[in-house]
Amino acid sequence: MHPFAYVEPKTVKEAVAALSKYGDKARPLAGGTDLLVQTRAGRFNLDAVVNLKKIPELMSVKLDANGLEVGAAVPCYRVYEDPKVSAAFPGLIDAASLIGGIQIQSRASMGGNLCNSSPSADATCPMIVHNGVAVIAGPKGTRKVAIEEFCTGPGKNALAAGEFVVTLQFPKPSPTFGAAYERFIPRNEMDIAVVGVASSVTLDAAGKTIKNARIALAAVGPIPIYAVAASEWLKGKPANEASIAQAAAMAKAAARPITDMRGTIEQRKHLVEVLARRTLTKAIERARGK
Amino acid sequence: MVATFEPKKTYKVIGTRPIRHDGYDKVTGRALYGADLKLPGQVWGAVLRSPYAHANITRMDTSEAEKYPGVLAVVTAKDMPKAESKMVDLGEGTVNEKHEVDRIMASDKIVFRGQPVAAVAAVDRNTAEEAVKLIRVEYQPLQPVLTVEEAMAKGAPIILPDLVGDDLGEKVKKTNMAKHFRHEFGDVEKGFSQAKHIVERTFKMSMTHQGYIEPHNAVAMWDEDNRLRIWTGTQGAFAVRKQMAGILKLDESRVKVTPMEIGGGFGGKIPVYLEPIAALLSKKCRRPVKLVMERKAVFESTGPAPGGTLRVKVGVDASGKITAAASDMKLEAGGFPGSAVGAAAMCIYSPYNIPNTTIDGWDIVVNKPKSAPYRAPGAPQAHFAMESVIDELCEKGGWDPIDFRLKNSAKEGTRRGDGVKFGSIGNVDVLKAASRSPHWKSVLNKDTTDGKKRGRGIASGYWFNIGLKSAVTLSANNDGTVSLVEGSTDIGGSRASIAMQAAEVLGIPALDVRPTVADTEGVAYNDVTGGSRTTYATGFAAYEAAIKMVEELKARAARIWNQDPSDILFKDGVFSAKKDSELRLNFKELSKKLGETGGPVTVTGSVDLSTGGGAYGAHIVDVEVDTETGKVEILRYTIVQDVGKAIHPSYVEGQMQGGVVQGIGWALNEEYFMTKEGTMANSSFLDYRMPTTLDLPKIETVIVEVFNPGHPFGVRGVGEVPIAPPIAAIGNALHDALGVRLVETPFKPGRIMEALEAQSKAAAVKPKR
Amino acid sequence: MVHVKTTINGQPAEFLVPAYLSLLDTIREVVGLTGAKEGCLDGNCGACTVILNGRIVDSCLVLGAEANGGEITTVEGLATPDALHPLQQAFLEEAALQCGICTPGFLVSAAALLKREPKANEQRIRHWLAGNLCRCTGYDKIVRAVIKAEDMSSQLSKSKAKVAAKPTAKSSASPKASSVRSSGRSGSGRK
Repeated sequence: MHPFAYVEPKTVKEAVAALSKYGDKARPLAGGTDLLVQTRAGRFNLDAVVNLKKIPELMSVKLDANGLEVGAAVPCYRVYEDPKVSAAFPGLIDAASLIGGIQIQSRASMGGNLCNSSPSADATCPMIVHNGVAVIAGPKGTRKVAIEEFCTGPGKNALAAGEFVVTLQFPKPSPTFGAAYERFIPRNEMDIAVVGVASSVTLDAAGKTIKNARIALAAVGPIPIYAVAASEWLKGKPANEASIAQAAAMAKAAARPITDMRGTIEQRKHLVEVLARRTLTKAIERARGK
Repeated sequence: MVATFEPKKTYKVIGTRPIRHDGYDKVTGRALYGADLKLPGQVWGAVLRSPYAHANITRMDTSEAEKYPGVLAVVTAKDMPKAESKMVDLGEGTVNEKHEVDRIMASDKIVFRGQPVAAVAAVDRNTAEEAVKLIRVEYQPLQPVLTVEEAMAKGAPIILPDLVGDDLGEKVKKTNMAKHFRHEFGDVEKGFSQAKHIVERTFKMSMTHQGYIEPHNAVAMWDEDNRLRIWTGTQGAFAVRKQMAGILKLDESRVKVTPMEIGGGFGGKIPVYLEPIAALLSKKCRRPVKLVMERKAVFESTGPAPGGTLRVKVGVDASGKITAAASDMKLEAGGFPGSAVGAAAMCIYSPYNIPNTTIDGWDIVVNKPKSAPYRAPGAPQAHFAMESVIDELCEKGGWDPIDFRLKNSAKEGTRRGDGVKFGSIGNVDVLKAASRSPHWKSVLNKDTTDGKKRGRGIASGYWFNIGLKSAVTLSANNDGTVSLVEGSTDIGGSRASIAMQAAEVLGIPALDVRPTVADTEGVAYNDVTGGSRTTYATGFAAYEAAIKMVEELKARAARIWNQDPSDILFKDGVFSAKKDSELRLNFKELSKKLGETGGPVTVTGSVDLSTGGGAYGAHIVDVEVDTETGKVEILRYTIVQDVGKAIHPSYVEGQMQGGVVQGIGWALNEEYFMTKEGTMANSSFLDYRMPTTLDLPKIETVIVEVFNPGHPFGVRGVGEVPIAPPIAAIGNALHDALGVRLVETPFKPGRIMEALEAQSKAAAVKPKR
Repeated sequence: MVHVKTTINGQPAEFLVPAYLSLLDTIREVVGLTGAKEGCLDGNCGACTVILNGRIVDSCLVLGAEANGGEITTVEGLATPDALHPLQQAFLEEAALQCGICTPGFLVSAAALLKREPKANEQRIRHWLAGNLCRCTGYDKIVRAVIKAEDMSSQLSKSKAKVAAKPTAKSSASPKASSVRSSGRSGSGRK
């Protein structure tokens, strides 16, 4: 690796200053599970690594009446081992508990997963269907970006020079909300999604009609895809197999996959439909309190 | 080599499960593997590798790297001794000297991606890795040749201009075909004419890697008197010595190789890769130089198992007797000749007695890493093809797959596909044990509530096992323990299995024999830990040495007691005098008196065994398939295997289980996924997808012991047989579950989905019966 | 160079490391403990697993600098001077290692599991260990050894509780240690 400096800011302000100073020769360090691999592989030639884990905001998990706020560098295990979070945010838990193995989950963060901006990121789609927002700090102050608008291309995102994600905010779900994330991998762990689908629904009080739905697709396009048409179509539809099947078919149509070593275009499109059906079914079950 | 022995039913040490001698070091982190070594003054090296799979090197400039602060030496192929295009014996059969040198560091042409082109030594690892990037190499890229079909096509780019191919004895120039051989027995045409059912299928396989967790490593140091010392994780210190001497043009006596603990090899750590480079760097900077290979380079440039194309045709008559079999196997050698196709030919028909057979084997050069031995080299490929066809024939004829295999089983005296007649073999016993196994007797519940489908498969497999040369030295200590020095790298518990054989003879506990794996100057010549020969051949040498030690100790007892040595008895660890029952000393008591009776006792056993005693396995597997995604779960797996005699049953089971899990990985997910440019796209453990613990059930083992008359305790090789049947067993189980025959590995989810789709399309076209 | 003050296997350690040096290389090259192994350098094999501040991590994906103020346990820190860790003993008795290169990583991972979930079932053990690759054993004997270590640990803590109940017993270590060893001997074939 290109020899780099190690900076450990204690505040958001210090971190902005450090990242601004080195420009694109610096990268923020959260869990490091992508950064160190990519730096070693020569993707970055860094002069500085800015460890964000000493900044309290980036390492805190807050759950209150308004919702959930997760520091961008909070490792996955702290999300899924928190019983209150896991009860209220099932889609996030599905993702946080399957990224890498236990060792990776000790370090990797959902914020880092988002900022790495891989199309196959396991955390991004569940954050989309949980209506997540990234709180970004930078030289020009703080701004918020909806998760579905965060990624702009493979490895590319909305962050400008000197900016980094501070926290991830999720509104408190209604009692009739349910969400789920599933990915397809040939093994049972330690794989990158061939396809991932996250779905969420909000049902009416009777649990019969879908008031709101969101479906997001991983690894089938240059960015994680928010399947708008399928999501919008579900609004007002009965929460039954026919609706699920139709939405799944629409989600499939939204996929724009490529063929590579992990799967083919045809296989991936097909898997989108299968996983959309499975995750919608699970989300509805969860919304009904099953 | 003469050994007198008789099969014994009960043993004191053999068949027990002592804690292995090296175990404590390995569970506490103390054991020293190659990468753990740190010599005084040691520096680090790094290797520059070709980004092209097929190219000419047109220019190289190392000046920037040489100027980089901290760099101590830069080497290229120019620093290698001049190699000629001639055949030499480097211990693994004869190889072309220039090919072997170019494999280590390319001189003019690149034949696989990842081939080394230059290397740097520097004060630390990071400096070396940074400096190596400053070496400028210009390439003239050439069209890569990536499959056996492409390589054999008319007008194909020629990978090795100096290659002279051997086509059934005819010399061929300007070819990618290194060898074509044929084994032919009986009259195949006639055999097929007698058949009622004939199945012919073509199978395709991708390269797979051994996947050892420890990357290759080497430390080299030149002494002041121009002697080379090497420390490395290798399957054979003497093989390293021979290769180093050949490649660097040194007398073998000038090379001393110390085998460090080895973190897996499975055949892949027999060839040298880093050792010669470390030696060149050390020679140039006069410091000990250490190299550790990065994982990507392990995949890209060290030996995988060959992929290729295999066609098998088998005929069976109405009674269920196989009448004829014909096969041709084209295996990928990689960038230089030498695939395992010869061994594949030795295995393919081995479970069967077939009157009329032909085998055509082709060794084909392609722009992929030079293949290396991988656990029963060639056998998994051959058995995948053969056992899939047998399964299909059983289905056609309505025969039970075990009954069919029993009816056609090879026995003592049966001729193998390559002409060798079998000695005592245990295929029938294995098949009978399989039919009695709880797994085979159980009924697979095929009812699932979630639309998943289940199936059961069975397949046979064979590996011939090798014998070769081993030597062991035993020294008696005056506390009654014995030091054992051997030259076989302990890759998975062989210190224990070798020591136990000496302990059995000496009548002392297993842990009272203390084994040490010596360097090339601490013990006489030993062949590699490979071919499933270690417990068999080195154990045999330990047995021989122990017999000699008993004789020597008898002489000492005779001296103490003033008896004739021929009047001394040794039984159950006690020496006694035939003529005076009062005179008794156990092994420990006698050991204390060695100093007064002629000094230290040290003896050597040495063997050169022509054969290893082939062995068979039969595997039963239950699978479950998610037909919506193509994902396969292994529900249950049982291995039945003839091991001759299980010296340490725990490690025998471990070999069986480990081999099977490699086979499961090979069957389901592992592959060299090549881009059209000849780059392995999945060169990491993330995407190479070896099985994790969550992908597997417990693996059941049934040990069958059919005495091998070629070994004092009846041992047969164990380690390789278990990887031979799994691919076919799983393929057969998938056929049982889905009704589709998978003919290409791996059986990855996408491929299973494609097969299911083709099946449903075919069903739609066919009128219903 | 980054100044690091940390605790490794209960011992304080203080050193300078280049900022780019991984925790794995820091432990191996700077501290000099070579139990943690390099297998892939990208977090996919688990051979370099260590416990950092109570959690298992792939030390190849952590910077040495990040260990400042932290606590590290490596395989070298599992045994006490009196006895092996029950997992180490169980791995020996169950033949849960062949080449041994992955063994330190498995032991460290499993030790962290047993500490938090002393009665993890087979499925949980397999899930927890999925980040550790072994190419030799097929995992069967590893899983069996972890289950055996759970039994050994629970017997150990039972006897510990008994000893602790006796006010006169000063050293609680020796009685259990010997009970573990004797079960080791029964598996050694020396009887």
